[in-house]
This record gives sequence, structure tokens and C-alpha cells, in this order.
Amino acid sequence: MKITQISIFLENRKGRLCEVCSLLGDNGINIRALTIAETESFGVLRIVVDRSEAAVELLKSKGFVANLTDVVAVEVGDEPGGLAAVLKIFADNDVNVEYMYGFVEKFSDKALLVFRFEDTALAQKSLTGSGIKVVTEEEIKGL
Amino acid sequence: MEVNFWNKEVETADRADLEKIQLEKLRETVSWAIRSPFYKRKLSRLGINCAEQIKSLDDLQRIPLATKDDLRQNFPRGLMAVEPQEIVRMHSSSGTTGIPTVIYLTQDDINNWTELVSRCIVATGAGREDIFQNMMGYGLFTGGLGLHYGAERVGMMVIPIGGGNTKKQIQMMKDFQTTVVHATPSYLLHIHSVLAESGVSVKDLAIKKAYVGAEPHSENIRLKIEELYGIDAYNSYGLSEMNGPGVAFECVYKASMHIWEDAYIVEIIDPQTGERLEDGQQGELVLTNLIRRAMPLMRYRTRDLAFLIPDKCQCGRTHRRLSRIMGRTDDMLIINGVNVFPSQIEEVVMKIPEVGTNYLIQVEKSGALDKLTVKVEIYSKMFLGEASQLEKLRAKIKEELRASIMINPVVELHEPGFLPVSQGKAKRVVDERPKL
Repeated sequence: MKITQISIFLENRKGRLCEVCSLLGDNGINIRALTIAETESFGVLRIVVDRSEAAVELLKSKGFVANLTDVVAVEVGDEPGGLAAVLKIFADNDVNVEYMYGFVEKFSDKALLVFRFEDTALAQKSLTGSGIKVVTEEEIKGL
Repeated sequence: MEVNFWNKEVETADRADLEKIQLEKLRETVSWAIRSPFYKRKLSRLGINCAEQIKSLDDLQRIPLATKDDLRQNFPRGLMAVEPQEIVRMHSSSGTTGIPTVIYLTQDDINNWTELVSRCIVATGAGREDIFQNMMGYGLFTGGLGLHYGAERVGMMVIPIGGGNTKKQIQMMKDFQTTVVHATPSYLLHIHSVLAESGVSVKDLAIKKAYVGAEPHSENIRLKIEELYGIDAYNSYGLSEMNGPGVAFECVYKASMHIWEDAYIVEIIDPQTGERLEDGQQGELVLTNLIRRAMPLMRYRTRDLAFLIPDKCQCGRTHRRLSRIMGRTDDMLIINGVNVFPSQIEEVVMKIPEVGTNYLIQVEKSGALDKLTVKVEIYSKMFLGEASQLEKLRAKIKEELRASIMINPVVELHEPGFLPVSQGKAKRVVDERPKL
């Protein structure tokens, strides 16, 4: 149920983000979802890609500070209220969301939501039987 | 110009009398010193076992030079020369490593120190009628308490506000119509730059004099302070190893600082060879403290570069004058009046497992004040993926540094390989402040 997100530490330097994306692009790695958590002096880039292991090895070999994080991806209809419906399930089950980000898929009318939870097991339990589609690692590759 | 003295007899004593006082006190100091483990070892090895062996001031040169390292290696009691119960105060100063230097004082030592500070205050023409706002750090720093005691003895009304809290400083200067302030030059410039924000102008204040010290500054800075506030600014020199402020101070003529030669024997030496230099030649200031029984310290290498001015000052004082401090012989930094050794920072950074061994210390001006930034590179392997982890790391480094160096640095986290790597010896400090 968990999928892999790559977190990359980027110091606040012009062009650094571009370097990461160019590197991935030049090596045929496709980014599915992306967000940046920024603080005053640095950023943490979070990406979901189609080939996580290859991507993280590539990044590390080029001197980037990168690591893998377990996150959960769900698919909801791309319409108003789609996100709220999922969040209600979490709220009702005392599941704490640490951060999340979202993307619209191109070949369907669905939106992809990526969540990082304080307690992933609890989150997974709350989603079982909810009717919300959880995306697997395999499915991410094919999106 | 009106010239006042706290102790006219001593302050205008002729050189012969001064030297008699110095010799007598040097003998006393040696007799106390040999009661400390440090000097007992050092002096007996040289065959000096009692004060009588000091027959003239030339014998001073038989006594070895002392350094900050000696203080560090003999921390905490190696230089203590009295029973601990006789000590009523200790003060602490930055050490080159995490180990601070400590000085001790008996009640008599404090009295003698206070006498010197009183002399300094009266030499500037201040007195009982003045309202004194002490903007220097209290606590373990000697700057605050040193002037405090002297100001009280002279009879000024003391506002013991200490450093920082600029809004309050301005409010108090206005409410109490402060006439004399004690601060670092950069802090006074900083206060002036924010007066308008508090709705206060110089016209609302009653300041007449400023005592400035604790950090090197040019004549231009002093003149700038005088011009901005419409006051007289007097230079002050001191160091905790020689008690604190009150070692040297300018008189009403503001023509370099009189160093109290009945309390200190002054030498200027070549920092490489140790050879004594003539008056007028710049070298390292070496001081012998003649008025501290609890912790005698002789021929202490201050690492400050300066020269002596032997000509008689118009005020009539016979104690020679010391130039402003022209620099350091070591790598010690002074940040807003606080001494910081790069090695203290290095020690903290090296102890933190999440950062690598490449770091950089950057010092620059931020308005009138100094700003210290410590840049470190994180270890790739420690990154678990969360921004909060990094923020916590940054806060931890800041806190550890603050505990060691007593000031608040800015801490920046960088990716490995991004800080400049220098060829040969690592250049760890980049000081972008304008040279004096």
C-alpha cells in the first residue's frame, strides 16, 4: 500500500532545483508528483517518480542528499470535494496528516493525492473498506 | 579645560615615584604568586623562591610570559593564590576551546579595581551629578560590573540595564535623562539608527558622554558617535585577565588612553621574538597585574597589538598613554564586544555527528552591528527526508554554539561539497567587516 517518495535536501542556491530535474530528465526518469517544503534557508524537494530505486541511486551518485520516504498515494475523482472526502475519513479516524500534495492525471479524470502520515498503519486501516482507491507502486510506474 | 582627579597624588606622581610603587608591588605580587601552584612551579624552576630576589624592575624579565593557554591548562584553580574562602567573586572569559578562563578576586582586589574605574570616570569629567546607563553585559562579563562598581563609588546614579533590549534602552535614556552611557561603539551607532522608530530624537536625550570599548574601532567611528549624539566619547580598554575595564581610559583631552602604571606594568614586545620594544613601536601588549592578590598574573600576553605614547599629556597625568588597539596577534574575533575564538566554534561543530567537517565562519556588518553566520555541511547519510529534522538540527547547532560562545549566531545548513574548500590550510573565517 505504501509507495516511495524521494526527499532531496536542497540548499537555497539558484539553479539547484533545475539541476535535479535536468538530471532526472536526462536519465529518462519521469516525475509523477512533486512539492517543495521550504524554510528560510533551505528546501526539501519531495518527488514521486516512476522508478524510485534507480532515481535515488542516480541522485546520490551525483552528490545529492537524497533519501526514500514511505508515503501513501490515493486516487480520487478530479472534481470539487474529492480531496475533502478523503480528509474526512482521516479526521474521523484520528489519522494525522503530516503533509500532502496533489496532481491531476492525464489519461483519466482522476487526481493523485500523496500523503505522509504520522502513523501510516493507522491511515491504511482507515482507508480499508472506505471505497477510496489506494495506488500501488506498480500502478505509479504505469501512470 | 577643567581637569579633575580621583587620586591626584598617584595620577600625577613623577616617574621615579611610580617606579618605586611598581617595584614594591611587584615584589608583593611575586610573594603572592608563589602561593599558586602554577607560579610555584614556574618560578621555583627559575630559582625564584621569594620576593626579595626581585631587586629591580629589570628582574621582571626573569619572570616568564604567561598566555591564555596557561590559564586554560590550569583551569580552574591553578593560578589561585589564596584560600578559596577569601575569594568573593569570579569572572569568566572566552577560552580558546570550550574551557573558559576564570579570574578570582578578593574583597580587597575588588576595591582596588573599583578605585581604578573611579579614576577613569573622574578623568572624563563625570561625577556625582551624572546619571549613568550601563549598557555593557553584566553576569560573567567584567564590562558591566566593573563600571558599575566604579560609577557607584563616584556617586553617579547607575541604571544597571546591561546589554540589549534596545527599545528599553532608548526609553530609559529619555525617562531618566541619562547623561553618561557605557557601551560598545557599534551598539551606540545601532541605537542611533533606530531612535526614530521609537519616536525619539537626540533632542529628547540628555547624553553628554559615552564610554566606548570592548571592540576595536577607528577614530572615525568615535567621531561619528560624537557627531550623531552631540557628545564626547572616551575610549576604554580592559580585559578580564587584568580584572576588566579600568586598565586604560581617556581623559578629557581624548588623546589616547592613560594606562594606570601603579596598577599594571606595561611592556610592548615583538610577538615573534618576545623582545621588548621602545615606546612608539607597535607590538604585543604584555601586562603584569599588581593589584590582584587572589590570582596574580604576570607578564600576560594580551595578544592585542598597540604602542605606547610616552609624551606628557596636557592633563598632567604621568601615566603613559596606550594607543587604540590596532589588531590581534591571534585569530580571536570580537563580535559586538564579545570575544569569540574560531576554535570554540570548531569544537562545537565537530561534536555534532550530523554535520561534516567542512564549515565556514562568516562575519559581516548588519547595519551598525556585527553578524556572525556559521555555515555547515550536512552528512548525506543523516538525512531522513523530513524538513523538520533539519530545522531541529539547525536549532540544536545554534543552541550548542550559543552555550559555548555566548552570542546568537545565524546557522546555515549546506549540501556537502558546497562550502569553499581551500588549498593548503583551511581558511575557516571570512571577515567581511571593513578594516579599521
